[in-house]
Amino acid sequence: MEYILIFITAVFVNNIVLAQFLGICPFLGVSKKVDTAAGMGAAVTFVLTIATIVTYLVQKYVLDAFGLGYLQTISFILIIAALVQMVEIIIKKVSPPLYQALGVFLPLITTNCVILGVAILVIQKDYNLMQSIVFAISTAIGYSMALIIFATIREQLALTRVPDALKGTPIALITAGLLAMAFMGFSGVV
Amino acid sequence: MSNMKVLTNGIIKENPTLVLLLGMCPTLGTTSSAMNGLAMGLATSFVLICSNIAISALKNLIPDQVRIPGYIVVIAAFVTVVQMCMEAFVPALYASLGLFIPLIVVNCIVLGRAEAYAAKNGIVASAFDGLGMGLGFTFALTILGTIREMFGTGKFFGFSFMPEEFGSLIFVLAPGAFIVLGYLIAVVNKLRKV
Repeated sequence: MEYILIFITAVFVNNIVLAQFLGICPFLGVSKKVDTAAGMGAAVTFVLTIATIVTYLVQKYVLDAFGLGYLQTISFILIIAALVQMVEIIIKKVSPPLYQALGVFLPLITTNCVILGVAILVIQKDYNLMQSIVFAISTAIGYSMALIIFATIREQLALTRVPDALKGTPIALITAGLLAMAFMGFSGVV
Repeated sequence: MSNMKVLTNGIIKENPTLVLLLGMCPTLGTTSSAMNGLAMGLATSFVLICSNIAISALKNLIPDQVRIPGYIVVIAAFVTVVQMCMEAFVPALYASLGLFIPLIVVNCIVLGRAEAYAAKNGIVASAFDGLGMGLGFTFALTILGTIREMFGTGKFFGFSFMPEEFGSLIFVLAPGAFIVLGYLIAVVNKLRKV
């Protein structure tokens, strides 16, 4: 029950993009086509889950154990950067088709604030390891979902006529605002 | 380019938020009031100026292959400094900005300026570039925060000028951030064409 609650909260009520404003750059950047949006979503899910587990363990057994809490930001971002590199190398070797699908998106993920944001959030919320993993996976699902919904809308949007000044990013932002408004309907659920 | 030109370039012509569209997450996430936007802008400016100076000074010492991780470590160090200072001196502000302070590390403006400007130019020019970009970012965030606060709660920097019931709460909530920023960029686009 507790895990279901974390899942619903992270996917719908506190959606990472539409309610918490994390990962907006890729949200606007790679959401012009559904295919690329799905690829980015898959890559984020993969890296986010691994990164959260590793940073959680480092926080508990290295930073907390030796009283090095102030090194959190530096160590987390380095772990994430190294992890992304490593994942890229491993996927390239183990599964070329998967690398073909995710390859382009992996380098972009280091500077995606969702990864660092979730790593810090699970520490702030004082989750245990299992809760952190569930939270990371649900956040990633919520992220992918928002990305894919937004991409389908933008594919339609590309065909509509909008005033010159609103073309491109402005109209995309306003659409995202309406989408966020729709997601606010979930706020009473939990 | 003279230093003055570098400075105004960041504020107006290449405004990082409204023209280059970088660093969208803190722009949307921290501008629920003008004060929060201003504070976030100043914190980011501090990191930008310091990291630009440090990276410009270290540019010949950092090997080319590992420059990105190198830059990130320098930036993360300054972010930690900001984080600790804010937690000690302005705890209320630190609490309301929350997660977005450590996330300055992954703000694309900071890394972008390090890579595009500080790694190629002298220390003084880099400092001015950091200051210009920082002020441009602060300016955009403060405007966005002011608009959202005024329409949302009827206040200007915390001073009430109309009854709160006249405001529409949606501006302070998440959808308002997207919509106000969308129209703000549209206005800037229109002005740039004229």
